[in-house]
Order: sequence, then structure tokens, then C-alpha cells
Amino acid sequence: MNIYQEELLDHYENPSNYGTLPHPDISHEEDNPLCGDQIRMDLLVEDDKIKEVRFCGHGCTISLAAASMLTEMIEGKSLDEVKQLTKDDMLDMVGIPLGPVRIKCALLALKVLKAGAYGINCWPGEEDG
Amino acid sequence: MHTSEFRPLDVERIRKDFPIFATEPPLAFLDNAASTQTARPVVDAMDAYYDTYRSNIHRGIYRISEQATEEYEHAREKVARLINAPRTRQIIFTRNTTESINLVAHSWGNANIQEGDEIVLTVMEHHSNLVPWQLLAQRTGAVLRFLEITDEGLLDFTQLRDLLTEKTKLVAMAHVSNVLGTINPIQSVIEAVHAVGAKVVVDAAQSVPHFHVDVQQLDCDFLAFSGHKMCGPTGIGVLYGQLELLEEMPPFLGGGSMIRAVERDVSTYADLPAKFEAGTPSIAEAIGLGHAVDYITQANLAAIHVHEQELLKYAHHRLKEIEGITIYGPSAPHQKAGVISFNMDGIHPHDVAGILDTHGVAIRAGHHCAQLLMKKFDVIATARASFYLYNTVEDVDRLYEGLCRAQKLMTRRKK
Repeated sequence: MNIYQEELLDHYENPSNYGTLPHPDISHEEDNPLCGDQIRMDLLVEDDKIKEVRFCGHGCTISLAAASMLTEMIEGKSLDEVKQLTKDDMLDMVGIPLGPVRIKCALLALKVLKAGAYGINCWPGEEDG
Repeated sequence: MHTSEFRPLDVERIRKDFPIFATEPPLAFLDNAASTQTARPVVDAMDAYYDTYRSNIHRGIYRISEQATEEYEHAREKVARLINAPRTRQIIFTRNTTESINLVAHSWGNANIQEGDEIVLTVMEHHSNLVPWQLLAQRTGAVLRFLEITDEGLLDFTQLRDLLTEKTKLVAMAHVSNVLGTINPIQSVIEAVHAVGAKVVVDAAQSVPHFHVDVQQLDCDFLAFSGHKMCGPTGIGVLYGQLELLEEMPPFLGGGSMIRAVERDVSTYADLPAKFEAGTPSIAEAIGLGHAVDYITQANLAAIHVHEQELLKYAHHRLKEIEGITIYGPSAPHQKAGVISFNMDGIHPHDVAGILDTHGVAIRAGHHCAQLLMKKFDVIATARASFYLYNTVEDVDRLYEGLCRAQKLMTRRKK
């Protein structure tokens, strides 16, 4: 399957929840040192639930589309639920086979989220490493 | 340059030595500035070592160890001839260009660089010729000075004359930029640097594989390159140094092979080149490198250079047809080796490379270990195609077609 399929390109072209929040409870930014992609995520948390989320940054189709998809998925969910999200959840959502380098693009948004919300500072899926 | 027996490359025959191109359609491999394919005769020579005389070198008192030692040292002679080193013992085997430069930074640097001394670099250096000098400056209190480049990616020679003072102790510079392809006027630089009494380290990783480099003609103090960028294996690199400098320098790594006599508290060290080759080296890889030298020498380095220049001219011509493309580096091909870095409006270089991959074209996208240069051109990354002796006009056409496809796929929505 071509990695540049319609759904990804749609998210890249018209990302959901793109932007910043004026008074976020959580705001965090990370980059992928390999390629320089950079994503910031702002969260508004109420009763332990993610009430609003925005992301911004620059990067390739996969990192930005994956970030857009992730924001759609986590809005309204509890921080506990979101904490359980794994690398595989993320890759299932992106839905296309990726090589080891591009996997990091797909996981960047989740890395930002986990580092910002829970202080987990490693790449998703490398928690044991 | 050896132009007397010039004959053009027989690319069709050369490609038969690289089984990776046997598929239909063949892989368009345009990432040679990162690492080249390994020629079949190189792999065969390494196989022969593993299959028929696998043993450690030096002190073995048996036939196959003697054979391994001879082959290992024979490879050193071939490398010495390739770059016209006056003596074979001026060739030190390392793991790669990075290790060669680190060797100089530690061994020569620690002994010769003091607080307030200045080390001059350029903004086009690969991190391998930048970070070791940063570390040396941090250890010693030396100061790093940077030579800027023009918007065309050429060295600012006037600024070089201003930068060079009695404080300058070392200039470290790429012969050819791995991103822009710029061929630096290294011989003139060396003359200017020697006039103030400083030493020169040449990062020749992108030059030695592609055209004839003569260390005596250049009169460089140190020169480093890697086997894996010249049809050889990974894990083997070369450091050339001026004899009197190498003789004076203290060892870099300590261990077996680099000693003469060992006491409890102190040892005396072996002569060159063993002094700098502690531990069991990359034996198969050194033998492979020797055969890689044979391979590119037989193909003829002058012919390789001409072939790459033709591909480069053709690639410039084709890529310029594409709307919204920016090509970085010198516009005159004779100032440039077979490297072409570019960006396409509105498309991230990773996406360019990803789409080309689905089209059977392998290029690199990223900062190319040259973040200072990315800052200079105010980009996060570039896409880069780079050529070698086995590349063809068809490879360039496939690159062009892939780029057109990328543009169609990624920009149609924005209209």
C-alpha cells in the first residue's frame, strides 16, 4: 500500500485541532532530532478529562497527519485512558505500514503527549529500553 | 590528474559487479554520499579471507596468519599509492572518517592546542569534522572560528585571510561538502594556512572516492576518508598524516599491538602505523578496502569524475524544469562534485524521499549531519541525490519522474 494514501493526505492538508490554546493546562513541545520535525500540543483538562486539544508544528505528512488523528482520538477522553495509548494504537490509527525511520514520525505526537501530560520522556514503545 | 590514458567508464559492465542492480526495473540508488554499494570483487576478497585464511594478523607463527598479515599490509600499500603518500606507514587504519578525525583531535590536539589558541572551521562541515573540535576546545579552552560561505555555497576566501592569525593553530575543512557538493579550493587554503604556521586537517570523505587526491601535491597535514563511500565495506577508514607529526604524536587508544614493551606503570609504544592501531583491527574490511581501491583505480578516477559531472549537469538541467524547486550549492558544475541538494515548495523533504522510494529511487532527506549549513540556508532539511560510477542517465530520469509525481500528489490539493 502506498504510504501517501488519501486519508493521511486529507489530515495533512486539513488537520483537525490545529493551533494553540490561550491558557492551556498542559503545553509541551518535542522534536525528532533525526529529521527536525517539531510538534507542540496544548491541552485543557477538566475533571481529569481532556476538554480541548490543539497541536501545531512542522513536519512531514506522516508526523502532522498522525498528530491530527491523535487529537481527534483523545478529545473527551480521561488522562488515564490516554496514558494507556500504545505505539501499536498509534500505528493502527495511522493504518499504513511504515519503516523504522518513518515510525518515529508517526509516533512523535504521542511522544509529545506522553512527555507533556505524564513526564514520560522516551519514544512510545521504548519504555523498557 | 592521470589524463594520459583516459577512457570513459563502461557503466554497463560496472553495473554487473553490483548484484543489487540486477532487478527490473533496477534500483535507482542515489544516496552515494552517505554510503556506496560494495563491488562484488570487494565482497569476494573478504569472503576469501573468511573462507580460506581467517586468522589474526601480526604475531601469528603459522601460514594463514602470515597471509592475513600480508594482505592487511598490502591493503595499506594500495591506499598509500591511491593518495600518493610518501611512505606506507603514514596510512593509519581506523573505523571511518569520524574516528580518524577524533584521533587527530585527541592525540595531536591534546598535545598541541592550548587555551586561547584558535581552530578555524567552516559552516559547511559535517558534524564529524565539527564536534571533535568542539570537544577539543572545551577540553583546552581553545576558541572555534567559523568561515562563512556565500549564498552559492562557496567559501569566502577573503574572510579566510582575516581569520588566519598567529593565534590560529589548526584549520579543519571538508574537501567536498557532503550537502552542497562544493569542491573547496583546498590547495590554496592549505598554502594560506601554512603561511601563518598552522596545520590543516582535510575531511576527504567526499573527495577521495570521486577524483584523484594527491596528499603531496596538496601538502595537507592530515587527511581522512572512509572505505564505505568508495565501493568498500563499512568499518574501515583511513587517516593520513605528515610523518613528523605522526611520529611525535602520543597514542590515541591503548592496548595490544600498539606497544613495544610493557612494564607495570609505563609502556613504550610501537612504531608507525601500529602505534595508532590498538587492538585487533577490521582485517577483512581493510582487505576489502584494498580491493575497493583496485576497483575504482581500474575504473579510472578521472573517468569517474567526468561521468559524475555529466550526470550532475543532466540532473541540474532536468530538475530545473520542475516548478518550485530550489537547488542549493554552486550553479557551475565544475565547482561541484556529484551531489545535488534541493527542496520543493510546500513538500517536506521526508515526503519527497518517501514518495521517491515508492518509485524505486533511493535518496537521502534530512540535515545530512550538517546542521550549521541548514541554518545558513534557513531550512530544516533538504533532499539530496548523490552519484557514483554505476549511476546512469536513466537513474536521473527516474528521479525526475518521481519528483513530478511527488509534486502532483502533494500540491494538487493546495490549488
